Amino acid sequence: MKIVGLSGSIVGSKTRTAMERTINIISEKYPEIDVTLIDLADFNIQFSDGRNYLEYEGDTAYVTQTIMEADAVVIGTPVFQASIPATLKNIFDLLPEKAFIDKVVGFVVTAGSPKHYLVAEQQLKPILAYMKAQIVQTYVFLEEQDFYRKEIVSDDVIFRLERLVEDIVTLTKTYESIRKEKEAEYGF
Amino acid sequence: MEKYRINPNSGLEFGLYTLGDHIADPHTGKRISNQQRIKEIIELAKMAEQAGIDFFSVGESHQEYFTTQAHTVVLGAIAQATEKIKIASSSTIISTLDPVRVFEDFATIDLISNGRAEIIAGRASRVGVFDLLGYNLRDYEELFEEKFDLLLKINQEEVVNWKGSYRAPLNNAKVIPRPLNGSLPIWRAVGGPPASAIKAGYAGVPMFLAMLGGPVSSFKRSIEAYREAANRSGHNSDELPVATAGFFYVADTTQAAQAETYPYINEGMKLTNGNGFPKQHFAQGAHPQDVMNIGSPELVIEKILYQHEVFGHQRYIAQMDFGGVTFDKLKRNIDIIGTKILPEIKKHTRKK
Repeated sequence: MKIVGLSGSIVGSKTRTAMERTINIISEKYPEIDVTLIDLADFNIQFSDGRNYLEYEGDTAYVTQTIMEADAVVIGTPVFQASIPATLKNIFDLLPEKAFIDKVVGFVVTAGSPKHYLVAEQQLKPILAYMKAQIVQTYVFLEEQDFYRKEIVSDDVIFRLERLVEDIVTLTKTYESIRKEKEAEYGF
Repeated sequence: MEKYRINPNSGLEFGLYTLGDHIADPHTGKRISNQQRIKEIIELAKMAEQAGIDFFSVGESHQEYFTTQAHTVVLGAIAQATEKIKIASSSTIISTLDPVRVFEDFATIDLISNGRAEIIAGRASRVGVFDLLGYNLRDYEELFEEKFDLLLKINQEEVVNWKGSYRAPLNNAKVIPRPLNGSLPIWRAVGGPPASAIKAGYAGVPMFLAMLGGPVSSFKRSIEAYREAANRSGHNSDELPVATAGFFYVADTTQAAQAETYPYINEGMKLTNGNGFPKQHFAQGAHPQDVMNIGSPELVIEKILYQHEVFGHQRYIAQMDFGGVTFDKLKRNIDIIGTKILPEIKKHTRKK
């Protein structure tokens, strides 16, 4: 199983911190899983110009192709201006319409205010659903108070992240076995 | 219709097309050489002619996993190797070519083939060709429209006066040779959605509609939109032929046909498009009301006749070689087309 973590912002540290922790939980609990963290801050990604993702070059090609090869994706997003950051939306725009077909997608959200709790519910989920993701419905929401000097200091958050990871892995296995069973019925 | 060399009385035309893809057989992981693939395409055209198939066309794609970049050269070889089958491109990326050169090539192929050449002009579904041939992707739409218009003009007028943005002006330019009977059938290649079909209607040119999969009724909307747009723009849609293009494969049973062809289509799509063909969607392709003509000969005949009833189109072209399908399988398909499918289709669509 391949899991890709996508930290969707190029500014700040909360989302990266949360994503690093999430990725660590995956590798500790499931050493057999091939896991990669993509922090968009480390890459120089061009804006989508509508071409097929296979035709991009450099960092853009690496990031899109790595996501396309994953069985599951964990997205980390901050909330900017009551929405997801443009850098993350650009990744969706770079990918094909049905990019997340047969993929499980879960996410963690960081924000400066609890008032942003429903932003991901109302803005991120519809995009993922449109792109055919099997969405892990429950996501982890982190606020400023959960962090101190680039560490997560809330045990509650860590428990929630552990549950999210478990759900992602379980659902990925489950959907894979459902799909295999169904595909075997087609007889081709 | 005569202008486009279509005789409605002789029933639905049946053709084959290849994109000229060059992909390893997913069962063996081995890829035949470019040379062998090109020769097999020429051989396929000859076999198609012998089986009574009406039409054969070759695509132009410049990216990896394709081998007929110089599609007009391949068509020249096919023109010489065959006698009666109609030959065309599927499609020629007019946006990044010089319409004068395209016309010269196809007029020459028309002369070699004794009046059998046609052009299907498209806009490219891949953008690598823009970089390769030195065009700006931002001009995608305008490049096509301007060059397609120029191609149509050259087809009508031997001496051309023309000015545009993407090519040097033509002043009393004589574009020769001329095709055998004065002009070539030139079609506009169109993807699925009605918006694209409408543009072909505005221009009053015949339309080639690509259909990967999905309900016949959805594609009917595109064809209706095309005819409406043509009539609104002062053309007569009764005189404009429509052709459809899509996946085709026959075997003894529908399940065998799906089993044989799925790995090719799925792996081929992964390589060229980055997304496989979901099995669930592929399985639905066997539905009599789905455009995908993959199944037993009986099912495929039923489907093609149903599509003809709904679309009222003049030509169907089948793609059966995508994804590295081996030559022996293609031969067997051509045999079945010639002995089982064509006779039924002609019998039911010919005007009595």
